[in-house]
Amino acid sequence: MKQFLRVAWVVMRKDLTVEMRSREIVYTTVFFAASCVLVFAFALVREGRPLEDASAGILWISIAFAGTLGLGRTFERERHTETLRALMLAPSDRPAIYVGKLLGILVLMAVVEAVLVPMVGLLFHAPIFARPHWLAALLAAGTLGFASVGTLFAAMLVRARSRDVLLPVLLYPITIPVIIAGVRGTAAIFQATPDEPMARFWVALLVFFDAVFVTLSLWTFEPLMTE
Amino acid sequence: MSRAFVPLVLIAMVLFASAPLVVANAPFEQTMGLVQKIFYYHVPSAMLMFVSALVCGIASAVYLFRRSAEADRVAVAAGELVVLFGLIVLVTGPLWARKAWGVWWEWDARLTSSLLLWMMFVAYLLVRRFGGPGSEKLAGAMALFGMANVPFVYVSVNYWRTLHPKTSVVMTLVPGMRGAFWFCVAAFAILYVLLLTLRKRLEDRRATVEQLYLAVGE
Repeated sequence: MKQFLRVAWVVMRKDLTVEMRSREIVYTTVFFAASCVLVFAFALVREGRPLEDASAGILWISIAFAGTLGLGRTFERERHTETLRALMLAPSDRPAIYVGKLLGILVLMAVVEAVLVPMVGLLFHAPIFARPHWLAALLAAGTLGFASVGTLFAAMLVRARSRDVLLPVLLYPITIPVIIAGVRGTAAIFQATPDEPMARFWVALLVFFDAVFVTLSLWTFEPLMTE
Repeated sequence: MSRAFVPLVLIAMVLFASAPLVVANAPFEQTMGLVQKIFYYHVPSAMLMFVSALVCGIASAVYLFRRSAEADRVAVAAGELVVLFGLIVLVTGPLWARKAWGVWWEWDARLTSSLLLWMMFVAYLLVRRFGGPGSEKLAGAMALFGMANVPFVYVSVNYWRTLHPKTSVVMTLVPGMRGAFWFCVAAFAILYVLLLTLRKRLEDRRATVEQLYLAVGE
């Protein structure tokens, strides 16, 4: 168990170190997410007033789009330098490598969300400080659910043809339940009077999804990544 | 299976030929009348969509963990049938909903999750078709996640507030409808088994041809 966590930690630190040196993925993904919100702002803000209840949806759509982009880029880098094979050859548990990659993606997505949430609050008058702990719980649980499936599929797609289009094609049908739960939960706390029991229900559902997705991913990563 | 194949085809033909009579003779539902007859096609197709998703998911798991190429061929056949029966469900459902609810589509838990299940298996077929070499495993993972969605779809209707009739409708049918309903379920189930075996046989032949081709090439 200690070994497992150590490998996961090392893989994550490797990813973050590479990223810190170039900052390519962070900069491009954050900029892409910000552009997404702006596109929605132009589409959905009429006469200076944003559409009611639109902010939760916009937040989560932007997270999903930016997350897909980040996932694709992270593994494209591994493919480009042929390092995924080296990683797989390392004498360690495959699931530990998966967890390491997942943690790296989670850190990346957390950075993106740190920019997105204030932007949505600013441009769509969303009350982001109404229930900050529930918003944080929803974002954390939703991002984990999205990223756990995303990491698995992005890792497998490294070897496939037309991987750029197949990642969203595979990822979105599976993760739409997570997006739905995220949007409904966030909409509940963005209301004029925040609905906490509703938010609690959606957080619980997200945790349930996370458990199913992470278990399935850990279970299938080993046979899937074996050639 | 090959010995049972011809009798099964004959039974299926007889069942499907007499199904319109059986359905027509079943009692009319009080509030919905004629449009309720869609039920006899909609529900068996939905049942088989779920069964097929389970078959595809289990076969994919066997393929992934036991490395059995045969299981993968069962998975392809089942995956295609999920999409086929899902299409029947998604066409007959709105036809009924237009009459019963006044709208073609309602974003409730049951409809949404059935649509998602269907989309996952469309994605499954897309990966198999366009993923290039090695995409079978990727598709296998997709099927596993699709299967994980099945119990969620089944339970969702009973837990969330939804317009869709509850699953207990099937167990509480009036006697006249019950006979016709299970008749249709049997007909669809036999059709499903036939299609699955046919499709699997096609894949078997294809694999054999590929092997022979490789042998000749050497």
